Amino acid sequence: MNRLPSWLIVWCAGVYAFLHIPILVLVLFSFNDSKFSVAWEGFTLKWYARLWERQDIVDGLVASLWVATTSTLIATVLGTLLALALARGAFPGRRWLEMLLYVPVVTPEIVVGISLLVLFVAMGLPLGLTTVVIAHVAFNLTYVVVVVLARLAGMDRSLEEAAMVLGADEVTTFWRITVPQLFPGILSGAMLAFTMSFDDYVITSFVTGPGSGTLPVVVYTMVRKNIEPSINAISTLVLVGTVILVTLADRWGRNRPLAGP
Amino acid sequence: MNRSPRRAVLAWFAARPGWRAFGLAGPAVVWLLAFFLIPLGLMLGTSVMPRGVYGGVEWGFTFEHYGRFADRMYLSILWRTAQDAGITTLICLLMGYPVAYVIARSGPWKNFLLFLVVLPFWTSFLVRTFAMIFLLRDTGLINAMLLRFGLIAEPIQMLYTPWAVLVGLVYGFLPFMVLPIYASLEKMDWTLLEAAEVLGARPAARFLRITLPLSLPGVAAGCCLVFIPSLGSFLTSDLLGGAKQILIGNLVQNQFTSARNWPFGSAASFVLMAVVLVGVMVWQRIRDADERAI
Repeated sequence: MNRLPSWLIVWCAGVYAFLHIPILVLVLFSFNDSKFSVAWEGFTLKWYARLWERQDIVDGLVASLWVATTSTLIATVLGTLLALALARGAFPGRRWLEMLLYVPVVTPEIVVGISLLVLFVAMGLPLGLTTVVIAHVAFNLTYVVVVVLARLAGMDRSLEEAAMVLGADEVTTFWRITVPQLFPGILSGAMLAFTMSFDDYVITSFVTGPGSGTLPVVVYTMVRKNIEPSINAISTLVLVGTVILVTLADRWGRNRPLAGP
Repeated sequence: MNRSPRRAVLAWFAARPGWRAFGLAGPAVVWLLAFFLIPLGLMLGTSVMPRGVYGGVEWGFTFEHYGRFADRMYLSILWRTAQDAGITTLICLLMGYPVAYVIARSGPWKNFLLFLVVLPFWTSFLVRTFAMIFLLRDTGLINAMLLRFGLIAEPIQMLYTPWAVLVGLVYGFLPFMVLPIYASLEKMDWTLLEAAEVLGARPAARFLRITLPLSLPGVAAGCCLVFIPSLGSFLTSDLLGGAKQILIGNLVQNQFTSARNWPFGSAASFVLMAVVLVGVMVWQRIRDADERAI
């Protein structure tokens, strides 16, 4: 095969720089000992220390962790069951169900947020973390289904059949054979759901109530209001958390042998 | 363990596959109906109801909110949104295609290069938008460097311009373009290129007549994945464009926050959805035509 032309490599290096330099700069300046200047004035951790003094950030972090954990648990259970139903062959209304799954993918985030706001107001449900969890499950579910379905497609059904032939009933087979085989898929679906829930600002901003801001909502207010380097610090922490999560998900979800622990 | 009732229940479900599927899919379907389809339906209802005196919604039926989109001002917002999304898609394609191509041909480096593209895609959109602000603002790094090296006498305004919005959109959605193109190039049979070379085709001809047509499904998917969220984005124009750059997403948001005109905001949302659906249909056309060709 031919070697790649050098102009192509230079072009790609430029694109990679465009993707990564802004983030690197952001991280670097979270350690800069100067409030206003973008000149380097020495290493400091004080912007990180300041984060813990701000109650709104700590509250936001707690709220985000709660929302992301709860919505991920619900979305993962419901999504996995739905994926199993879809993988187990034909049933009446299957085509409608597939179309229903398409809707969240093509609906812009802002429309999701606003339509849920209209619903919650019409229902008279007070806006708060509960409504945020409901909204997050609604947009996360589809992604769990897609990830788990992909895993199911590559799964060897003969183990399940063997278990049934050997006398295990459906529930035993499900817990002892299906779930262990499916686990990497369920886990990466859950990781995806958790990351998206933890990051979401647009939908959350419409369905959250006063005094119950998740971390992205707090960060958004900070970005709009002031230019203190604490934003760099909190951004860096979010960044590091996401990278760890994605790396773990990648490691666990990668094509491990389908049998085996 | 009381096995016999459990067996009875399982036997009942085993005899009725429709009910079993319903039992598995039921909870998720109910959730999606209650918190996705019904809200969209309610919004459709709101969009044809008159607006109340104090910003509420009144019973009745009217098309006036949709009619307002015939107005020059709103037409120009729609046009600007479509234009921004189109330009963003084009720039992403020009930047992303070569990257996807290089990754697909980079052998042992493939996974690492792919990881570098996926990483920003996973990073919080808000954080990445702030990273852009940090570079572009008057006291930002780019202006500071230009001042330091004496290239400019005073800061250039980069933030709160139409350009900043475009840069932010491209920065936000570029990975969505690279990944599907890479996926279709990855599946390509590269020996076709060798055959073409042996038969005397020049590099440009090899690219235009083999590589590009074979990667077209990936290009279509990538364009779709960039175009749709660009259309609906309001965070980028809000933070990088200031109040000057109103896109349809900002219009919708304003109607639900400061302007408190929910019926008009709902109508604007459906106009946005309609534009998105046209985009999806175009993409499916291309995909189907491609499948037929193969």
